[in-house]
Amino acid sequence: MAVGLSGFAFGVTSAGSGLTVLQTCALSLLVFTGASQFALVGALAGGGSPFTAAAGAFFLGVRNAFYGLRLSQLLALPRAVRPFAAHWVIDETTAVSLAQPGRRSARLGFTVTGLSLYTLWNLTTLGGAVGAEAIGDTDTWGLDAAGPAVFLALLAPMLRTTQERAVAAVAVLLGLGTLPVLPAGVPVLMAALAVPVVLYGAGLRARSGTRAAQGRPTAARSHEGTPPTAAQEDDR
Amino acid sequence: MSVWIAIAVTAVSCYAVKLAGLLVPAGALERPRVRRVAALLPVALLAALTAQQAFADGRTLVLDAKAAGLAAAAVALLLRAPFLVIIAVAVVVTAGVRALTG
Repeated sequence: MAVGLSGFAFGVTSAGSGLTVLQTCALSLLVFTGASQFALVGALAGGGSPFTAAAGAFFLGVRNAFYGLRLSQLLALPRAVRPFAAHWVIDETTAVSLAQPGRRSARLGFTVTGLSLYTLWNLTTLGGAVGAEAIGDTDTWGLDAAGPAVFLALLAPMLRTTQERAVAAVAVLLGLGTLPVLPAGVPVLMAALAVPVVLYGAGLRARSGTRAAQGRPTAARSHEGTPPTAAQEDDR
Repeated sequence: MSVWIAIAVTAVSCYAVKLAGLLVPAGALERPRVRRVAALLPVALLAALTAQQAFADGRTLVLDAKAAGLAAAAVALLLRAPFLVIIAVAVVVTAGVRALTG
């Protein structure tokens, strides 16, 4: 359901960004990972070069490698099948496969989810793109707000810990702050620096915390009831 | 033409990372630091993209109807509205504010 709607939203956003129906459908057929597709058309609409736009889309797609890693152990696919299965390694297929009790049902879940989402995503993309071309100026209808709203809805469940919120805040500052001075498309890549910045900051805090704890062991023990720190989360 | 280049580069690179996950031996990406960076990278990019698409027009920062739409979507999110409602609220509020201030 959600995928069908965001496929429609992607088609509308992509057409509103100036891509043709053919280009929009090619993205959904060949890329098939929603956040990267939204990022690409957003960057192209902002006047970014094809390579900086593709770099942002690529960084968003990196998470799929980690999904693939978990799926390859779970599904134990034959080597010959993996190049075909790879195209369907996305958030939803991973979630469904990991929720299954055994290998047989995990493989079935992966295949059924992959096939139905791939079909739905591409049909709704086509519908959105054709619909957007038919109504003309998508901005009048507020449809340019669909892209950021989809991003926000994807982002919100990821903001659970203080560290994740810190990364988001620093990324917004970097992304907006560098926007007027750097070439289009580059500020989003600058925002990725929020990750090392926040991890480095957490590392510094953990180290000074360790020193303080070594100096005053009783004081450190009194903190045992407090929530885990960012440094401890690193070990999960 | 440059749009097709962007599509081709994105399609190849996004497929390559998906395939890499299925092919690399387990353990290669299992170090805690690598996992942590991989989990935080989408957070940083999505946050920056949300902000830019809502508050920027090309390379200038703007505060227009889209900001109102996004704020309304944030409220819908906090009220645990379904995905469809969140997007619809953003679109309708943006269109409404634009029509009123037109």
